[in-house]
Amino acid sequence: MAVGKFPIEASHVMMFARSIGDANDIYYDEEYAKGTESGAIIAPPTFVQASAQFDPDYFLRPKIGEEWFGSAKGPTGITKKKEGGGGGGGGGLHAEQHYVYHRTPKVGDVLTAEVKPGKSWEKEGRRGGKLMFSETVTEYRDQNGELVVTATGVGVRTERPATSGE
Amino acid sequence: MTLKASEVKVGDSYEEQVCDNLSRTQIVMYAGTSGDYNPLHSDEIFTKEVAGYPSVFAHGMLSMGMTGRMLTNYVGDGRLTYYGVRFTSQVFPGATLTAKATITEIREENGETIADLEVSTTDEEGVEVIKGKASARLDP
Repeated sequence: MAVGKFPIEASHVMMFARSIGDANDIYYDEEYAKGTESGAIIAPPTFVQASAQFDPDYFLRPKIGEEWFGSAKGPTGITKKKEGGGGGGGGGLHAEQHYVYHRTPKVGDVLTAEVKPGKSWEKEGRRGGKLMFSETVTEYRDQNGELVVTATGVGVRTERPATSGE
Repeated sequence: MTLKASEVKVGDSYEEQVCDNLSRTQIVMYAGTSGDYNPLHSDEIFTKEVAGYPSVFAHGMLSMGMTGRMLTNYVGDGRLTYYGVRFTSQVFPGATLTAKATITEIREENGETIADLEVSTTDEEGVEVIKGKASARLDP
């Protein structure tokens, strides 16, 4: 996802830490964090994924005034079904995620994210039929243009759901 | 707390239960904070009737985030230089996950001591849901 401005904010870090069940004071307590190596509240290792919040076009967030493919009165809010392929719905599944940390992002940083296309390949899966993998590389830079985190994600689209119903 | 090179050796490991009977509500919390509102993670009707899965399931990134908590509790805060995983099985509500890290190598790089770790998270039936690696800066 390309993001022009991803501010690392204390309340966002607090809520993110709660959502992954992490009670570490370094994500909640500014006074405590001041006395640590980083000197500030830091972002948990997987936090940069939340840059999706700052991507105006992120496709897995309902947009104001637009149809949403999740359920409403019916099982999907899309009135006219678009192309059927790529079972599993919701744009495929997440197969791999890798982060290289050049330094630890902390509260007060304002990051940008630039996406570089990666490889794509196919494989025959055991459960989901043909698997189509694609890789994206996202570079997160700070307010000084310095590289902070390089994130490599691999997504997979399956012919049918990877786990079938009972 | 940060790991010290003088106190660890290859083969050392650490494990932690990172979730107990995972609730749909925690998955919703993660959707809200990460910004990934894919209905596959919160919308049971869509997930069963349109996508064809038996139930909603956790974001891979939630399992990776919870596993990351085990890692930072072990190596220390702000010490990771690399963390990467493969999502090897889907995680459904009710899962109880245990994450484990094992030191595979201790090496010097640019004047710092780095530990390489193997990471594995398994569910209550022993099924591996995350398989990965990490590297962390150690204190001397």
